[in-house]
Order: sequence, then C-alpha cells, then structure tokens
Amino acid sequence: MTQAFRIENGGLINKDKKLSFKFNGKTYFGYEGDTLASALLANGVHLVGRSFKYHRPRGFFGAGVDEPYAVVQLYRNGETEPNIKATEQELFEGLEAKSVNCWPSVNFDIGAINNFLRIFLPAGFYYKTFMWPKSFWYRIYEPFIRKAAGLGVASTKHDKERYEHKYEYCDLLIAGSGPSGLAGAYAAAKNGAKVILAEDKPRFGGSLLTSDVNIGNQSGKDWAEGIIAELKTMPNVVVKNRSQIFGYYDHNMLVMSEKVSDHLPSTKKYHPNKRLWYIRAKEVLISSGSIERPIVFGNNDTPGVMLSSAAKEYLKVYGVLVGRKPLVFTNNDSGYETAIEFKKHGVDPVVLDSRKNPESEIIDEAKNLGINIKNSYVVVAAQGYKKVKSADIASISEDKKQLGKIENIQCDCICVSGFWTPTIHLASQSGNKTKFKEEIDAFVPGQSKQNEITLGAANGVFSLEETLKTSFTAGSELSKKITENDNKMAIPNVVEKKSSQHDKFWCVPLPKGKNYKRFLDFQNDVAVSDVEIALREGYRSIEHVKRYTTLGMATDQGKTSNLNGLQLVSEIENKVVPAVGHTTFRPPYTPVSIGAIVGREVGKHSKPTRKSPMHSWHEKNNAVFVDAGVWLRPRYYKRGNENLFEASKREAKNVRTNVGVCDVTTLGKIDVKGPDAAELLNRVYTNGWLKLPVGKARYGVMLREDGIVMDDGTTTRISENHYHMTTTTAQAANVLSHLEYYLQLVWPELNVNVVSTTEQWAGAAIAGPKSRDLLQKLFPNSDVSNEGLPFMGYMEGDLFGVKARIFRISFSGELAYEVNVESDYGNFMWEKIVEFGEEFKIQPYGTEALSTLRIEMGHVAGSELDGRTIPFDNALEGLVSKKKDFIGKRSLQRSAFIAEDRQRIVGVVPLDKQTSIPEGSHLVKDDKAPLPNPKLGHISASCWSVEYDNPFSLAILKDGKNMIGQKLFAMSPLKNKVIPVEIVSSHYVDPKGERVRS
Amino acid sequence: MLYINCPHCGMRSQNEFSYGGDASVKRPELNKEISDNEWDDFVYNRKSLRGKHLELWQHISGCRQWIKVERDTSTHEIFRTFKANEEIA
Ligand SMILES: [Zn+2]
Repeated sequence: MTQAFRIENGGLINKDKKLSFKFNGKTYFGYEGDTLASALLANGVHLVGRSFKYHRPRGFFGAGVDEPYAVVQLYRNGETEPNIKATEQELFEGLEAKSVNCWPSVNFDIGAINNFLRIFLPAGFYYKTFMWPKSFWYRIYEPFIRKAAGLGVASTKHDKERYEHKYEYCDLLIAGSGPSGLAGAYAAAKNGAKVILAEDKPRFGGSLLTSDVNIGNQSGKDWAEGIIAELKTMPNVVVKNRSQIFGYYDHNMLVMSEKVSDHLPSTKKYHPNKRLWYIRAKEVLISSGSIERPIVFGNNDTPGVMLSSAAKEYLKVYGVLVGRKPLVFTNNDSGYETAIEFKKHGVDPVVLDSRKNPESEIIDEAKNLGINIKNSYVVVAAQGYKKVKSADIASISEDKKQLGKIENIQCDCICVSGFWTPTIHLASQSGNKTKFKEEIDAFVPGQSKQNEITLGAANGVFSLEETLKTSFTAGSELSKKITENDNKMAIPNVVEKKSSQHDKFWCVPLPKGKNYKRFLDFQNDVAVSDVEIALREGYRSIEHVKRYTTLGMATDQGKTSNLNGLQLVSEIENKVVPAVGHTTFRPPYTPVSIGAIVGREVGKHSKPTRKSPMHSWHEKNNAVFVDAGVWLRPRYYKRGNENLFEASKREAKNVRTNVGVCDVTTLGKIDVKGPDAAELLNRVYTNGWLKLPVGKARYGVMLREDGIVMDDGTTTRISENHYHMTTTTAQAANVLSHLEYYLQLVWPELNVNVVSTTEQWAGAAIAGPKSRDLLQKLFPNSDVSNEGLPFMGYMEGDLFGVKARIFRISFSGELAYEVNVESDYGNFMWEKIVEFGEEFKIQPYGTEALSTLRIEMGHVAGSELDGRTIPFDNALEGLVSKKKDFIGKRSLQRSAFIAEDRQRIVGVVPLDKQTSIPEGSHLVKDDKAPLPNPKLGHISASCWSVEYDNPFSLAILKDGKNMIGQKLFAMSPLKNKVIPVEIVSSHYVDPKGERVRS
Repeated sequence: MLYINCPHCGMRSQNEFSYGGDASVKRPELNKEISDNEWDDFVYNRKSLRGKHLELWQHISGCRQWIKVERDTSTHEIFRTFKANEEIA
C-alpha cells in the first residue's frame, strides 16, 4: 500500500529507511522517525478506535502526550501492552497494534448502539443504573462494564522486560526542551551548573520544530539542533529525550520516566525497557510549553477533527497531510500558521475565523498566499460518521449567540484552534497556587512554592523573544547562585511574526432544532449536555462535577478538556472561571508503566534474602525452605517421599527420644555493653535483672508502653558489663530501635551501648535427652554436667580450636543447649555436631518440628505475641515484677487488662483426637448459634503432638483461666470445618518443666 | 520524598529514615505515681497538628541516631533538625 498522504519533500523522518507494521491485522509502511499515528495518517487511516461510552468512531486528535483518542493495544517482541498512545509510540520494524474498546471490530462495533441509546447514558449513568440490586454487581454489571468500556487488556504473562531505578542529583533540572528549556539549560551549563534537560519526545526542540521563526541567523529548528549538540558535549550536562518528568514531589524531588527501549523492535541485551529517575534538584525550570485547546462544536469528535497544531506537526515533522481538503477553524492566529503550511504544500485550506476583523502579520501572509478566509464564521457541526465528509458552517453574530444561515462545505478534515493552555501540571504538583490569566483565558503558575520557576508558554508567554530573554536570564541567575560563575552571554536576535488578540469564544451554540453532541472530554465521552445535567442536579464544586460526569478523569487527565469544562461551568453558574477553580493536578502527568514504578524489585528481588552460614549444608541435605521474614530457614529435611507432616513428625519425635539439631542463627542478637547495662535491662524487661550473675542466662519479656508484649528472649551475662541479648527473628530490628530510642532520647544518662550482632554469630540448638552426651563429645575439656552447666547456665568452650559460646537454654522443652560460634565457623560447627551426633542418632530439624515442640510445651511465640496480648494472656504474669518499674508497666493497670475474665492462653484438643484444628479458627460455645456467633477466642497455633500422637493447639481464650475442661467448638468457615474440642492446659507436655532441668 | 538534614550525616532522603512520632511527648519518670489521664496522654493522646510540628525520626539506614525534625505537617517544609538531646530554643 502506498503512503498516499505523505508529501514528497519535508518532514524530519528518514525516508531511506522504510518500516513495515500491522494495524488491526493489515500491513502498512512508514518510515524511521514516524510515530504509529503519523504512519497511519500517511496511509490515510483515520479510524483508530471507539469511544469509551458511546463507542463512537475515534481518530487522531493530537500529535503527542495530549492525545485523548488514539489509544491502542501494542504488540512487541511477543509481549503486549495496553493503553499506548499511537501519537507517542515510535514506529519500528514489525510493530503490531490493535484498536481497543471495540468489539467485534473497529469498523463494526456492537457497542455503538449506545450511541443511539444515549438518552439512557447521561451523566451519572453508571452511578444511577448499576446501583441495584446489589447482587447483580459482581455477576452482571461489572463484567459488562469491563467488556463494554474497557480500554486495553493487560498481559497476564510474566513481564520479561527489565526496569531500572536511578537516583540523581543536579543543580538545575529542566522539564521540556523547547526554546525556554534550551535557553535556560545553555545559560546554566555555561555557568558550570550540573544540568539535566528532559524532553518527552524523541526530538529535542519543542515548538521550534514546527514554528516559522529565526533565532540569530538560523531557523529556530537549526538553532535548537546547534544548542543540543553543544550541550551534549558538556560534561556537566545530561540531555535525555523520550523522558517524561511526570511527578513533582516534596523537597524538589522529581520523578522522570525514560523510555529506553520502546522505540526498538526488542530491548537490547542488558538494557532496561524503562528507567525511572528520582532526581533531587536544587532548582527546577519548568518549560513544558502549552497545549492547544479545542473549540467545542457539534460532532466535534468525528475522525478528521483535530487540533490545528497537530495537523501542522504531522506536516512539518512527519511530512504527512492529514487531509487534502482541510477546513481550519480558529479563534486566534495559530490556525493561520497551519493553513499557511497546507498552502505551501499545494493544498488549499479554508479558514473560518470566529473573529470579525483580525489583523496581523500572519494573517497578512495568509491573505497574500490567497488563502480563503471567512471571518465571523464557525463550524456548527462536522458531518460524516467514520470520517469527516463535510462541515455545516455558519456566520456568527458578534455576541456569539446567533448563527446565520447554515451552509455545508466539503472538507476531509477540520483543524481546530481555540488558543493555548499552558501546561502547569508540574508547577501545580509542586504546591504552586496557580492563578487565572485573563488575557489568555487560562491558568498560569503563581507564587513559587518550592525552588521552581515556570517560563515560556507554560507560563502563558507566547512571544519567542520574551521567552528566550527570560529563560537565558533565569538560567544564568539560577546557576550563578549555585556555582558563583557569571558568564554573561548575548541573547540572540529573534525574528517572529506578531500575532493579534485571540477571541474568547470557545463553544458554538446549537442551531435551532438540532441536538448535536458537543464533546468536552473526548476520551470519556463527556458532552456539554452531561455537564449541564450535573449542574441541574445540584452538583456545584468542580471536583464533584468532575467525578459525577467523569470529565477529565480519563487516561489523558483532561489535557484538552479541562479548561473548556471550566468555561462551561462558569457560564452556566454565571461565575468567572477563577471562581470556579480548577481540579487538582496530581502526579503522574502521563500514565507510567507499573513495571517502571516497581523497577528491579520483583520476584526474589522484592526483598533481600538472608541465609545462615549453614545454608549450603541444608541445601545438600534436602532441606525444604520457608521464608521467615527475609530469612530462608529449613522447614523440614525431606527423606524419601515424606511430606511436610511426616517429616516434621519424625524430626520432632527424634528430639523427644534422641537428639536433634536446629539452625537458630536467625534469632536476633544484640550486644548490650556498659556500666549501666543491667539497669537498662531492668527497665526494658518486665522481670528483675540487677542480680543476674556473670555466666547466667535469663528469660525476659519486654512490653511496649501500652502494655502489649513486644518481644521475648533470653539474655546472658557474658561478663561484668557485657550482656548478650536474643530476640525473636521477626522483632530483631524493632527491638534494636526500641533500645536505641530509650538510650538516646529517654534515658541518655545511662552509659550503655547496643549493637546488632545477629550476623556475627552462627547458632545451633542441640535438643533432646541425649544432647548432653553429644555436648560432652564436642567439648571434651569442659564440664557440661548438670552441676558444671546447670539450666540457664553459660560457659565458653573450645570446639576443636574454635571459640564457642554454650548456653543451656531450651525452646523445645527438652534438655537442650545452644552453641554459638563466629559466623565464618558456622558450617564447621554444624558438621562437627552432625558428625559426633551420629552415634546418638542425631537428626537436623526444621521450623515445623521446632513449632511442634514448642506448641505442645505451651511455649509462646509470634503467633501468641501478636501485638494484642499482655503478659497475663500468655501465662507470663509470673515474670512481671511487682517491685520495680519498667516500660509499659503502668498500662497493665488498665481496667481491661485486669478484668476477671481476661483472655488467656489454653490448650485445645479435638474430642475425636483425630481432626487437626486450622489455625485462626474461632472458638464458640454453640456451633448452631445464629450469626454473628459470639467468639470466645481463636486458635493461635496447631501441631500434631508427638508426645501423645494426636492434634494439639494453643488458643487465646476469653476467661481462659476458668475454661479448662470445657467443651467448645472450633469453627473455621474458611476451611468449612466445625470441630468439637476440649480445653486443656497450655502445658500439654511436661507441665512441671522437669526435662529442661534434668 | 522528604530531604532531611541529619545533624550527624547531612542531607539524606526520607527512605533512609523511619518516623517516630511527636517529639514533644515526654515519658513520665520511672517509679512515679501517675494518674490514668496523664498516662493516657503519654501513651495515646496526640494532637495531630496542622502546621509546625516537632517530630522524631531515626536515621535507621544511616547513623541510627534518633533526631528531632521541625516540620510543617501541611506543607512538609522542614525548618530545623536537632540531635536527640540538643537544647531547642
Ligand atoms: Zn545520620
């Protein structure tokens, strides 16, 4: 197929490189440097999609970031991405795209019937219609809306692309490489400032690429190229194209999304698809330009109706005619520039100007070229369904209320210019309170909030001369503050045509008897009539009107619709626009890929993985691992075809009968040192610590100030002023912060230092009746007898030349020890334990067996210390000192905490001694009671008791103290189980604790 | 993301810090008789100010020091930062 709308000469594309691509299954050709939009237009394709609500045919409206219609599903390198703007997607060989929001095809769309039923789809339609019956929502309404109204479809496959994050600092960050951005960057760079210049398009230069101006002795475009080339050679400057600054956050942190690979058929090896830049800038220059705004008229959404600036850009940048019989509809001089470009390429445009008698250099040029100009004329309605075929036009009275006789003229496109709207999003995001500028009928930035300045068209200044002057000056001044250099430079001369005042006219009245849809928001199908309904129904705040009508809420965030919406509300409400106020601009300015936001933090990179020094041994011995926070811990060691249940039972049983070894490296360890260490512990723990002798360990519980248990663990007095504290794996970091808080802020007079030693020590728990025999073999020169190393004793030992710490502590409830060596010797220690343990039938055990052992002993862990329980609830009130004060003690007097029927830990056994009780089950008195069935407590942990060979659980139960012997039901609606149970003591095995002391 | 001047380390991004609440709260002395109301004020009751607020942050991924930050809760402007036990005028 030939590119029938491509002009012979002109455009910035590379005509030496032809590219083939597919759209809706059909093959076309374009050139390197095209966007998907320009390539389709070159092929005369204007129909690209269907609208959101009425499924009306949609074409191209803009040529860049402001595009509301041309959203496609993109296929690249075997992957698919939804909601890509065809006006932003650069063409590459083999690109494939499809229309979205149409079914079965863009040419015949069943949803278009909504167009004829539109009387039923006014503002607030979704709110009004899909409210009831409630049960219909998930089954009927939601799937219907999704299918009928969805944009693209997200891929369900794993994303193979890589995304990067980068942190950067600079003196001056510049958003936009138009005349203002280039001048500011150049001046600042010459002063030695570190500058980042960001441009969202592939080409630098902004408006200079399409405007007919001269700077110095060159065309604007050549001047821009020269500046960029020089900036690229400067070591203090980073220039980035395809990079959109989409968010302006606190303290001059801006975020930029760089499309590294989207313009290529596939991402290069080791390259990311996108790179997200977090930039902390000392100063920010916002030179984001302006976006042309539409004039509202009948059927103004018909394909072929587009912004006049877009038509000019397609012609000057891409060498594409958007039509051969163009009608230009304007209220200012910009439309003439487009008409002149058409004329220069041998196409005869007709210009309709709503103004009565405008005069300017540009208009003179158009007249001299013989362009047909009709003053005081407007487009009443576009005609044609899938493409503009003609236009109904009419003269308009000076007060813009009366239309003359309607005429129909042939045309194949309507290029609209309703003047310019500064792009103030970034300034507004920074906290700048914007102000309404009467002369341009638009908002501009007001007082700077952060270190930001907005210049050029983004600041409502449309004269190139003034833009260059202010931007060169700003670049110099801002950089001078930072670098203290002051390289004066001459501001180049500018040749530009003067323009005349625009017309405040923005909406064509409906002719008598006609009911054309006049759209404000093209992506969300919000018409003038919808806003009128919203106001009639009593919506006043612009924020409410926005949400009720969805005006400006589509993916284009109303870039072309906001101001016209405000104009309409202000007219109906008879208020001035600034009194209506605009809705808040929030990041992101344009949609950002979720992948870019997530960056590398996916899969196993989403958090660090911590492994103990014995990890490789566990791997070699068939350990099945479980995530414990960021740690990987062996859950069980699989033998043959064993499952989790069988293996953990075997491992736990072996601890009870012989001896087992468990990797406890992950426990938090904190060195507490200093003359006041004992005093600190005494304030932090609920029990007393002032009399603990050297060489002894003690179990302690620490509370938060609100009386809730924070953590538990043993702390050992290594020497006079040195304690070794252990915490649970999960709370290690919090406990350290907690101690630092009290030492630095509350009790700075305490002479104590704390430091984490978790990673410095490898730990192995040796547990079981034969553990002492094994220990004696490992430490033949130490007296590890019950007298030499009694329960809660500590000693140092020599493990075949390696210094070891030996603690006689037990979590399993068996006779047990914990041996610590420096991490580097962890594997050596472990191998020795296994080697010498062989004769005692040692087996390694994982976290599952560890849980079983502690549960049937009634030892509490994270599932009981869950941030909702006090010492009493965990049967730990014996550890709460009555004599001394400690963190959280005062809270324990709260009435709920001393209530007679306070919750307390209990044991739970199923009556049938067979059915395991799911963790989280609720305990209730009557399993048949009507809902909501009063809950007495919940199952916190469950195991299969290896001691009694039946299921056993722990529960936190209301009035648990007086419930022993009661029969209740454990109910788990999630698992659909109701289990009759008996409440027993939480100390199911060895209630007197004789084994640990044996 | 806030940019916080750690008095020990210099300007660092917020993601190196963790927030610690109102810095004006003073823990009652140990072993002191104290009413329910006073204790509740210490543990639970916070003003949730709009405007200038002295708050605690810990430079958790840096020097691990707790610091005090004078910040406007509505604009996020940071006026001054202090070491844990610095006198605040
Ligand atoms: Zn610091």
